[in-house]
Amino acid sequence: MDSKSILVIVRHPPHGSSWVREGLETALVGAALGQPPTLLFSGDGVLALLAHQQRGALGQKGSAAMLEGLSLYDIEPLWYDQRSLEDRGLAVDQLMSGCQQACIADMIAKHDVVMSF
Amino acid sequence: MVSQGLTYALMVQGSPYSQQASHSALRFAEALPAQGHRVAAVFFYHDGVYNAASMMTPPRDEPHLLERWRALYQTQQCELLVCVASAVRRGLLDEGEARRHGHSHPTLEAPFEMTGLGQLMQAALHHDRLITFAP
Repeated sequence: MDSKSILVIVRHPPHGSSWVREGLETALVGAALGQPPTLLFSGDGVLALLAHQQRGALGQKGSAAMLEGLSLYDIEPLWYDQRSLEDRGLAVDQLMSGCQQACIADMIAKHDVVMSF
Repeated sequence: MVSQGLTYALMVQGSPYSQQASHSALRFAEALPAQGHRVAAVFFYHDGVYNAASMMTPPRDEPHLLERWRALYQTQQCELLVCVASAVRRGLLDEGEARRHGHSHPTLEAPFEMTGLGQLMQAALHHDRLITFAP
């Protein structure tokens, strides 16, 4: 199979829609095919990284457990956009472990394929 | 202008008629040959799977998106790939899935094909460009 670097950007919040789960599933399939993507959380997507999340009331499975398991598939660290965090009044100490600050423009520039969720 | 044409893969995540994503994806795909390129694969994910609904019946004075996708398949020989996990839970089943789940009629037909996320990865890795059309 051709080899390309893949960036998966999550820009939707974790509850109220299936975007985060579907983005993470895509990243996991990449890892299963031997191409672990870089995973970046931007915009409302940074809300998925908040620590101590429970499942929502909508019968969705929730994304926190999935996120915590990603390192088993070589998808680490969980990159976040600092500006998105600040815009939402959040600080890095509120995030789950394994998060790291990213520069979005650099990240998009250095990957062959960008998938946005 | 590029002398050697590129192959494009598109990911469509928006529902037809309620979001712009599928309209934009079609317009983009239909414009590629004029620039010497072609769309090789379209992957429908999230609410984008509704683009494959075989009974889609829009009013006559609106674009018929299902027919536009079929025409795209005819003119550019592109694969129309539908994520099975997104589709089945939304009620879009091909003949095999319909039979397997005890339904009398399929709601998704060729040229659309049921596939998995692995096909999205293959398309992203194999073709020259991947463009996401999301709401």
